[in-house]
Amino acid sequence: MGAIAAMRSRFLRRFTRHRLATVSAVVLALLALAALAAPLIESAMGVDQTAVSLLDRYGPPSFEHPLGTDELGRDVLVRLLYGGRVSLFVGLAAALASAVIGTAIGLLAGYFGGRVDDALMRLTDVLIALPLLPLLIVLSAIDPTRLGVPEDWVSGEDASLGRIVVLVALFGWTTVARLVRGATLSARRRDYVRAAVALGAGSRRIMLAHILPNVAAPAVVAVTLTVGNVILLESVLSFLGLGIQPPLPSWGNMLTNAQELVSTAPMLAVWPGLLIFVTVIAVNLLGDGLQDALDPRSGGSR
Amino acid sequence: MTRFLASRLLQAVLVLLLMSVLVTVLIALMPGDPVDLMLAGNPKATAADAARLKALYGLDRPLWERYVNWLGAALTGDFGYSRLFAQPVPAVLLPRLGNTLLLLGASFMLAVAIALPLGVLAARKPYSLLDDAVNLFCFAGISVPPFWLALLLILLFAVTLGWLPASGMGPVGEEGWLARLPHFVLPVATLTLASVGGYTRYVRSAMLVELRQDYVRTARAKGLGEGQVVWRHTLRNALIPIVTIVALEFGTLFSGALVTETMFAWPGMGKLIYDSIMGNDLNVALVALLLATATTLAGNLLADVAYAALDPRITFKDVRS
Repeated sequence: MGAIAAMRSRFLRRFTRHRLATVSAVVLALLALAALAAPLIESAMGVDQTAVSLLDRYGPPSFEHPLGTDELGRDVLVRLLYGGRVSLFVGLAAALASAVIGTAIGLLAGYFGGRVDDALMRLTDVLIALPLLPLLIVLSAIDPTRLGVPEDWVSGEDASLGRIVVLVALFGWTTVARLVRGATLSARRRDYVRAAVALGAGSRRIMLAHILPNVAAPAVVAVTLTVGNVILLESVLSFLGLGIQPPLPSWGNMLTNAQELVSTAPMLAVWPGLLIFVTVIAVNLLGDGLQDALDPRSGGSR
Repeated sequence: MTRFLASRLLQAVLVLLLMSVLVTVLIALMPGDPVDLMLAGNPKATAADAARLKALYGLDRPLWERYVNWLGAALTGDFGYSRLFAQPVPAVLLPRLGNTLLLLGASFMLAVAIALPLGVLAARKPYSLLDDAVNLFCFAGISVPPFWLALLLILLFAVTLGWLPASGMGPVGEEGWLARLPHFVLPVATLTLASVGGYTRYVRSAMLVELRQDYVRTARAKGLGEGQVVWRHTLRNALIPIVTIVALEFGTLFSGALVTETMFAWPGMGKLIYDSIMGNDLNVALVALLLATATTLAGNLLADVAYAALDPRITFKDVRS
């Protein structure tokens, strides 16, 4: 086999040794599939997730509504699936954005060192020192039109999606940046980099073609772990009413009223949170397994 | 060490200043004018009244002027008046700070008290069934959405079983800490459960690293009992990274408290931050957020100082200042 194929199969073998991580990967794949298939399931069941029907409030689980109906008579199962789309999308999008920003900053800081590194790391430290949730609350509550953002960018359901992705990515890049910087620092001393410099390669080429592929592994792990945190952040913000706005469902905002309903309809409080929990723990276990499979010395759980 | 402290304190002041500017700008960007909000419920208020009040509160001045005025007053100890609570800001803030510290302190101590033995036990028998169980528990702890955990606890203990109250700090009218104790349980339980997973993981990793060291093998070869080896020698050394990381986590406690306090209607800083931001009460929100930032900064400083102080191999010069 070629070298790359051998690496891949070694990686897969190490990964599948982690039963939990493999199970997590499968669970996440199933969740993602179910979420993507939401419109199909919706029409197969013959319900409309936006249809408000006050006569059918708090319906118990039935054939027509396998998980019952919520406080406005909407089918819970379908809403959960649509909410999954939103929550998973935000999680992935924000994590990817954080990855891009964090990798760029980490590469620059690690490669150039000196003043650049100092400045960038100070920036990172300042961001880490700020109280995250209170700041996010303030940031979500502002009215961007006062900043001159055009009105039609701000209103509408999709706007709340874009906004929360931007907000979460604003703070989420710090972990990735730190990890990438560390990996860059050690990669910089390797011989292949010295060889590239001796051959006259410019900084950009060295960073992109040589260092980046070698820091990809820790970066991927950092990003996977970020996804979990991002999903939790989005759910808290939506729960507080500041993230995804209803009627667009997200697992977080499905729980917003749950506290008042806890005596009348307890299961409404259980399902969305359970899904958040299962998703995040699966992502974390997956990240842990990835970390160990990619680099067993790195000190993951195993 | 004084140079280190001085430079860190200077940095802290700069961060706080930066934060105060940031928050002022952000709150000014929030929809709704505070005076309009105040007069919203009053049908007799006229536009002239609104204009008069705005001039009175200085809301018609440009933002930078308002900020500078605030800064000048704050440096002399005058933090202004809370629109929402109709009291001077310190009177609003201090009792609530006490309530939050009570909650955070209790859950922090409880979480550490659980995490230390659990982490050590798991590290002693790596990859065993116990270790797997502890690991899963830790992952669950860091993955659970805290507000959902609170909901579940309320559902189980307050609604279904009716054993514990679901909100507030104490029964109305009754004084004395004994009567208040049941109100403590659920919020503290939520915060503890949410943080214990993370702490246990750190303890376990730190112990695993230490247990691989040569001195442990020497101690065992000398004939020391396993208990002595683990608890007396290894744990001490493992405490260095543990203390460092735990001090860093200190800063995030505030965020956790925010959600818990809001859910349990616990009158503390977290809920105050939320209420004041939502209620557009700039004076309170600004000082509260600055306090939260200061706590995080203090936690980071404590972590670095502890790291240098506890490990004789590390001097302050090594710690990033």
